[in-house]
Amino acid sequence: MPFAEPALVVASILFLIGAVGIVVRRNLLFVLMSLEVMLNAAGLAFVAASALHGEPDGQIFFLFILPVASAEVAIGLALAVLIYRKFRTLDLWSIADSAGE
Amino acid sequence: MITLDSAIFWTSAVVAIISTLSVLLSRNPFHAVLYLILSLFGVAMIFYTLGAPFLAALEVIVYAGAIMVLFLFVVQMLSPASVPDSAADLKRPSVGQFIFPAGLAAVLLTTTVLALYRSGSLASADDTNVVSARELGVALFKNHYLGVELASLILLIGMVGGMHLGRAAGSPDDAEEDEKVAVR
Repeated sequence: MPFAEPALVVASILFLIGAVGIVVRRNLLFVLMSLEVMLNAAGLAFVAASALHGEPDGQIFFLFILPVASAEVAIGLALAVLIYRKFRTLDLWSIADSAGE
Repeated sequence: MITLDSAIFWTSAVVAIISTLSVLLSRNPFHAVLYLILSLFGVAMIFYTLGAPFLAALEVIVYAGAIMVLFLFVVQMLSPASVPDSAADLKRPSVGQFIFPAGLAAVLLTTTVLALYRSGSLASADDTNVVSARELGVALFKNHYLGVELASLILLIGMVGGMHLGRAAGSPDDAEEDEKVAVR
């Protein structure tokens, strides 16, 4: 398993990029994409751990992350469409402003 | 010493990280989705070098194939809001815009072709233990059958929730429900 530990490092870098994206971006679509990146990085960490220990269980957990990610995207995008219909924008800051009034 | 395997791993890792950073930095959601697809391809290649060829295929099919297409649909639906300069961008695409993403994709494509060319020798080359789809399925249904049921439940919930949220506001169903509420 020569690449398992570097793969863990790559997974944490990807996870960090996703976390920064959620905090920094104002567009709801980009926030959802960053969530996707973070879920995917978690899956990569599972697979790397599976390779590190020589067990298939980590890969099975990636199989469980897949339906979670797809359900999250389906509901999140439906919410994004609803929010756009209601507020006519996807800018999270202006949505927060107009929702607070 | 740089072997072909480690070259494949590091190239796909660097491509994945750079394209994920480009998702973060791009202004146009179309470009972001395309960069994210590239990043998922890179992660799929990492899965392949880690001895998970079945998961690499699933990553491409489910993540890049299904989830990202869903994203593209929604970006297109909401494009006037989210793509202020889309018309200008589409009218005059300069050559310079293509060089960076096309170069990234070409690097990853070369890596993929190399890896597939070496396919089969990846397992014997070092001590990576490759989990085949068969082993994965046996382990999944032997030890984690409850998880399979829960995953199907999650998908059902996602579908019902998506249909409920996606119902057009002011549709006949909605009006009827409003009337019912009003009568009560």
